[in-house]
Amino acid sequence: MIKRIKKELVIVGGGPAGMSAAVAAYERGLRDILILERDNALGGILRQCIHNGFGLHRFGEELTGPEYAHRYIEKVLEYKIPYMLETMVTGIDKNRILTAQNCKEGIFEIEAGAIILAMGCRERPKGALNIAGTRPSGVYTAGTAQKYVNMKGYMPGKRVVILGSGDIGLIMARRMTLEGAKVECVCELMPYSGGLARNIEQCLNDFDIPLFLSHTVIEIHGKERVTGVTIAKVDENRRPIMDTARFIECDTLLLSCGLIPENELTRSAGITIDRVTNGAVVDGSRETDVKGIFACGNVLHVHDLVDYVSEEAEICACGAVDFIRGQAKGEADINIRTDGKVRYTVPRKLTEIKDTTLYFRVSDIFRDVRLTVKSADRVILSKKKQKLAPGEMETVTISADVIREIKNGEITVSLEA
Amino acid sequence: MKERNLTCIVCPKGCQIKVLFDGEGKIKEVLGYTCKRGEEYAITECTHPRRTVTTTMKTESGIVAVKTYGTVPKEDVFKVMDEINRTRITRDVKIGDVLIEDVAGTGVKVVATSEVQ
Amino acid sequence: MCYNTDIKEFYYIRYIHVIFDLISIEVDIMHDICIIGAGVVGGCVARELMKYKLDVVIAEKMGDVAMGATKANSAIVHAGFDAKEGSLKAKLNVRGSKMMEEYCRELGVKYKNNGSLVLGFNDEDRETLNALMQRGIANGVEGLRVVDRDEVLKLEPNIGDEVVAALVAPTGGIVCPYELCMAAVGNAMDNGAELKLNFPVTRIEKTEKGYKVYSGDEFIEAEIVINCAGVYSDDVARMAGDSSFTVTPRRGEYILLDKEWGTLVSHTVFQCPSKMGKGILVTPTVDGNLLLGPTAEDISDKEDTSTTASGIETVRRMASRSVSGLNFGGTITSFTGLRATGSVGDFIINCKDGFVNCAGIESPGLSSAPAIAEYVRDLLIESGVRLTPRENHISKRKPLHAFRELSNDEKNEIIKEHPEYAHIICRCETVSEGEILEAIRTNPKPHDLDGVKRRTRSGMGRCQGGFCAPYVVELLARELGCDYQDITKFGGESYINIGKTKE
Repeated sequence: MIKRIKKELVIVGGGPAGMSAAVAAYERGLRDILILERDNALGGILRQCIHNGFGLHRFGEELTGPEYAHRYIEKVLEYKIPYMLETMVTGIDKNRILTAQNCKEGIFEIEAGAIILAMGCRERPKGALNIAGTRPSGVYTAGTAQKYVNMKGYMPGKRVVILGSGDIGLIMARRMTLEGAKVECVCELMPYSGGLARNIEQCLNDFDIPLFLSHTVIEIHGKERVTGVTIAKVDENRRPIMDTARFIECDTLLLSCGLIPENELTRSAGITIDRVTNGAVVDGSRETDVKGIFACGNVLHVHDLVDYVSEEAEICACGAVDFIRGQAKGEADINIRTDGKVRYTVPRKLTEIKDTTLYFRVSDIFRDVRLTVKSADRVILSKKKQKLAPGEMETVTISADVIREIKNGEITVSLEA
Repeated sequence: MKERNLTCIVCPKGCQIKVLFDGEGKIKEVLGYTCKRGEEYAITECTHPRRTVTTTMKTESGIVAVKTYGTVPKEDVFKVMDEINRTRITRDVKIGDVLIEDVAGTGVKVVATSEVQ
Repeated sequence: MCYNTDIKEFYYIRYIHVIFDLISIEVDIMHDICIIGAGVVGGCVARELMKYKLDVVIAEKMGDVAMGATKANSAIVHAGFDAKEGSLKAKLNVRGSKMMEEYCRELGVKYKNNGSLVLGFNDEDRETLNALMQRGIANGVEGLRVVDRDEVLKLEPNIGDEVVAALVAPTGGIVCPYELCMAAVGNAMDNGAELKLNFPVTRIEKTEKGYKVYSGDEFIEAEIVINCAGVYSDDVARMAGDSSFTVTPRRGEYILLDKEWGTLVSHTVFQCPSKMGKGILVTPTVDGNLLLGPTAEDISDKEDTSTTASGIETVRRMASRSVSGLNFGGTITSFTGLRATGSVGDFIINCKDGFVNCAGIESPGLSSAPAIAEYVRDLLIESGVRLTPRENHISKRKPLHAFRELSNDEKNEIIKEHPEYAHIICRCETVSEGEILEAIRTNPKPHDLDGVKRRTRSGMGRCQGGFCAPYVVELLARELGCDYQDITKFGGESYINIGKTKE
């Protein structure tokens, strides 16, 4: 029989979400906590995000990724919250039994009072993009290139084209340039960038790197190493316009084409996944539809700022601690629908009557619209928004009073003229 | 009257700021910012733009993440990189340790943002 | 020449070889057999011949085995109803298909007898299905029957709306072709065969005792040469003076879908064949993915394995006709394989003056490979080669995936001794450091990232190596004793990093 241990709260993932959740749970008085981290250090993806821009909301100052992580690592150490490194969780079941493994313990099981899923996300790889051409070396996701450059100290290439204007791609454009590479251009399929405006300014414009909107890479060239790519403009249906095709010589193609929450474990536990976010469907306390299993951070939905990850992790930790202590919630049972312009909300359900902030993203760039919350066709909340962009996560807070007014157990969040 | 449109890089909001100049090229008015730091950024950006540099530095066993402690003149960014690239760290490093006192004559320190043991 | 009697002796002899190589470039070693090409055919031939007291060298152009058509094909063990009655293809396919299960068991290769369906979309197809059945019966294929839509639906609930009938071939199966090749080469090496990688044959010279097979100035001398050079087998034959056939590369594009879709069908689902091949198929793979393809386009460039937007579009369109509910958002990757289509319409397997051709081995080449190996053995016997069984022949091979198939308790026993088996490197496919190290140390040894990927599945999952590649590169560099930046994706100039930062 394999060894089984018991823990009140098990947190899967020692990145910003997992650590923030652990610290918040500790601060609410919980002591029997265990963080399981698959890498050889706490910090998650922040460890390789050595650029600044983190923590303005949280700490009122601009930190780099490792510094932001360090703030939480120090707390974890100060509180002596137990954690295991190089420990991979390979399965979770409905009864909150985790199967994990590491070199010291081998394969073992943990019976958890509650579980917080905080595994983060991964990048959309080349295969999923279906770019025609050869399959040479020199095609990387931006995050993998970031790991080579920032963690290992190696240069994946010297002449770079970037497909996708997600933030990691923009950050890597600057990073590669600073390290002596020539970034030829950034191509973005959509007519707008997926990254933050500040990153276009300081990562592209500062170095005169062109951003081609409504462009994509249609072919990769090179037998052994990339020798170039063919890019083309796309029409409004995102189909390449062939007579705009042109060859750009380069030895590297970086991909920054979106992030996908890493929900294999979530699925293994039988948790319902939201088809828009690719993360679990959760209520206000970030509890999934499997009792006692919670989720927060990029595994739940992809965030634009780590500050919001920490915020969400704290909400999640409170929910998990309440669950462990047997505190009932549930005076409400309200589903939240969206109109498509608002792509999704987190949470998707309201189970408590208390002030609740909904996090959401929109499907396109919208100007001067009203974010509207309706219950049975009656507007219960309406807020003017000057500009909404898909790259940015937005919020709207619904007060307890408004929640009490909700009829039919359902509200719709939409954008109106 | 001349004007210049900027995207503020002070925080993730990325406010669109408009700077108006008078006939002699002096700043007359700054519009569109939503915080004090944004206004300061716009003025600096139009007079002597500055940037924070984040990169890595060589150590005995690999590399350590570093940043300039504060901003350096934008035109000196590659000079700053040059000096950082030439410097090699031969000791243990903690976050916040000063690794270069005055990088490329900018008067700005370079500090570690990760650790080496 | 029994290397395997004592492992120490084996290494001693290898060591002596190395010393010889160092002191004299031209060590005059006369080998019994030189096989050109370490694809699945070359591999199976090598394995077969190492059952006998023979000294075999395999010369491979690339930096790893299984790098040609073996790497990129439909991974199907065909039942054998396609090939014309009486053809070599028909005979060797049916025989190979019968051998395959046991062959794979011995070599520890994943094989599944999942059965095949050929779909008919109209009455004309129905006639084709019946003709195929008759041909199959004549070829000796067992269990064939043609069924109507209702019955097809019982076998495959997600079959396309237009399907009216299907030929059911219960003996059809699936196998991992490069795994089969690696295992066959590995088994041959376990029995003493030598593998020479990065040895592109440039010239063949007939000598008094046999042949000198050159790669630049370097050569291998052997009494018998066996040409298993895939799309290049016509070029190699021509070097030996045989220009009786040509080989045209036929490009086939494929789409591989995520494991989430791997159970959409359980059988291999074909469409009615045409002159250009067996059409677009939809099949589960032994690793649980769903594979769609191939297109068929004759090209002239023997290296052109690029994919095209139109090819991928064709695969999508045609596959969607066979199976409903395909989700191309679940695409893991797309790739192109080149079939070695010979000019004579059948496999070209013959022997003259100690030069053996295994050429034009297109589909059903994978299914036939074990039978081709036997056939070559018999050709050698006919031509007067005396074969004496090798003493202490090792017939079995421990599969690289052995660890993953153990129970947790069994795994823990191993982890106690070798903790690196608990350290997961590839998250998506759950591959441990121990398994990767084992693969790097097992014959035929990989030297690059893709080699590790094919052996362990590390990097083959959803993130396509985004997370694990930097670690695998580290393990490879450590094991091969080279610098991090020297590691390539697949040999040659396919470097992953081109230098250090700060330099």
